[in-house]
Amino acid sequence: MPPAQKKPGKTSSSGKTSRSAAKTLGSLAGESPKRLRDYYRQMQLIRRFEERSAEMYQRAKIGGYCHLNLGEEATVVGLMDAMERRDYLFTTYREHGYAIARGIEPGRVMAELFGRTTGVSKGWGGSMHLFDVEARLLGGYGIVGGQLPPATGAAMAIAYRGPGGPDTEAVVCQLGDATTNIGAWHESLNLAAIWKLPIVYVIVNNRLGMGTPVEKAAGEPDLYKRGCAYRIPGVRVDGNDVVACRDAMKEALRLAREERQPSILEAVSWRLRGHSVVDPAKYRTKEEARRLHDLDPVAAYRKQLVEGGIADPAELASIDAEVEAQVHSVVEFADNSPHPSPDQLFAHAYATPVANAPRELPGDPLLSL
Amino acid sequence: MAVITYRQALHDTLRAELSRDPNVFLMGEEIGVFEGSYKITAGLLTEFGPERIRDTPIAEEGFVGAAIGAAMLGLRPVVEIMTINFSILAMDQIVNHAAKIHTMFGGQSKVPLVIRTPGGGGQQLAATHSQNLEVWYAHVPGLKVVVPATPADAKGLLAASIRDDDPVMFIEHLALYNTKGEVPDGDYVTEIGKAAVMKQGSDITIVSYSRMAAVALDVAKRLEEDEGVSAEVIDLRSLRPLDRRTILESVKKTHKAVVLEEDWLSYGVGAEIAATIQEGAFDYLDAPVRRVAAAEIPLPYAKPLELAALPDATALVKVIHETLDATRFRG
Repeated sequence: MPPAQKKPGKTSSSGKTSRSAAKTLGSLAGESPKRLRDYYRQMQLIRRFEERSAEMYQRAKIGGYCHLNLGEEATVVGLMDAMERRDYLFTTYREHGYAIARGIEPGRVMAELFGRTTGVSKGWGGSMHLFDVEARLLGGYGIVGGQLPPATGAAMAIAYRGPGGPDTEAVVCQLGDATTNIGAWHESLNLAAIWKLPIVYVIVNNRLGMGTPVEKAAGEPDLYKRGCAYRIPGVRVDGNDVVACRDAMKEALRLAREERQPSILEAVSWRLRGHSVVDPAKYRTKEEARRLHDLDPVAAYRKQLVEGGIADPAELASIDAEVEAQVHSVVEFADNSPHPSPDQLFAHAYATPVANAPRELPGDPLLSL
Repeated sequence: MAVITYRQALHDTLRAELSRDPNVFLMGEEIGVFEGSYKITAGLLTEFGPERIRDTPIAEEGFVGAAIGAAMLGLRPVVEIMTINFSILAMDQIVNHAAKIHTMFGGQSKVPLVIRTPGGGGQQLAATHSQNLEVWYAHVPGLKVVVPATPADAKGLLAASIRDDDPVMFIEHLALYNTKGEVPDGDYVTEIGKAAVMKQGSDITIVSYSRMAAVALDVAKRLEEDEGVSAEVIDLRSLRPLDRRTILESVKKTHKAVVLEEDWLSYGVGAEIAATIQEGAFDYLDAPVRRVAAAEIPLPYAKPLELAALPDATALVKVIHETLDATRFRG
């Protein structure tokens, strides 16, 4: 197995930055400042979107379960920037940020959380089941591991239609660390290996199942190694490093497209809050909780941009203000959107209409006899 | 119209659909080189190649789920699960995913998937290989569940299932593969969701499906010849959707009904039919609706035990007589 990936080496850094600034920049060195500022904007947008989601949940605007990407902003933005429009994405139920970073209008994401007709899944899915056929987001999946075999099959469909190459489609299947313990993971890896499928399995390792640490749940806690039984290579990246995530994903997608080599990418990340909005995360020690504060990827990135001379605090403050206004209008859009009408209950019962399909509501007589 | 076996009808339909549409492909355990456990796919690998006649590892959850993903991208996979007993390993993908994806994502994705799988007992395959689990799937909105009893319906319903944009559980029966019947030539499609009246009658309605429908038809013909009893036989053909109307129209005419089913009695298909009849034709009934179903025990291996557990013609005749007698006493 290859060792954990080192950060991609940069041969040159911006001539304008000082030596100490270049050191601060780390993997950001040599990147276009415009792009780096855009990453910041996206990370901040996800941050504020998720914080507002938590608020809206507390205010009962959002029902059901609600899992947030807080702490995973750099991972999400880096991974999504590496994907092409033509690629397909399957995710877990912790996917609001992915939908936004994939380019879906955030208002439609919030509207789905609110259960409104303008939501990405027209109010049928909620937080865990975002779907947008145009953006090729083929679903957030609420059952742990449920997305793995369908994502593998999507890659099979791509391979069925033609040989690999740099301009071909690929599938990205995102999963959590605890998902690597279920059978569907192993069955999917095996299928991807024997059929040489264009797929990248991205493990977002936030180090906790709900509250169970990876080491207590996984026989091989180095999750990027878990494809070795299927000769599937894996790499591990720092999930707080947006550029490292992007570059590792680009290479994994290249492997998938050009060599039809499935691979595993493990992004080590930190969930800043509980498993879901209602989880107070009492299983964390005080020490851990303190440490989390230092591991906040948005704060760290902001510091890096300022100290590296990429953006001054005023610029970032103006981005923050724009994001704030955007998220405000996102919530307003969701709140002002119509609820689905009960007469639409059977609108999506079947794709092909069929004789004798039941349409009775509770209490209705059979067939209205 | 040719007389062919149920097996041949399935084989010929798969071949015709593979030829008709390049998006149709087959996948399953041992369907290629081995030609399928029950030889439904014999010869297809040679004709269509390994991409379209795809052997899978033993991984029902994995390959059924993969078929779902392929279907979401517009292919039309026809999956063979060696027996319905193994479909339990794919339950999460069938119930939580295939059945949900179209509706749960607001109608944005279709899942044009067919899962072909044989069920049924009577082959001395013992408890884990002899089950009739179709009612599990029939309970789930989002799926379509068809249960062909004749070679003609094997052809017509399979063609309909493959051309349908929703996931279809296409449930065959081990004991039907060698049965023969007339099958229409050429392109022949049977509408999903409609029951068939296999035999007209006026004294009593027998409702059944799959292999038991064949048994019911046999019994009905015999009773007509031997005793002058005119039984109407309804083959459900589709368990979801269920054609309640055809059942009720028949019972309104005959005033009596018996359900013959191979699955277990409690919570079975017969329970749904009986509930339908009592709600929709209560005033027409001259006797309670009876169910003839399997004994509620894991199916044994030893032949005398297996025979004792499974419903058969003798049990059906007995219940028909009891039902007819009940109305005579009352009359």
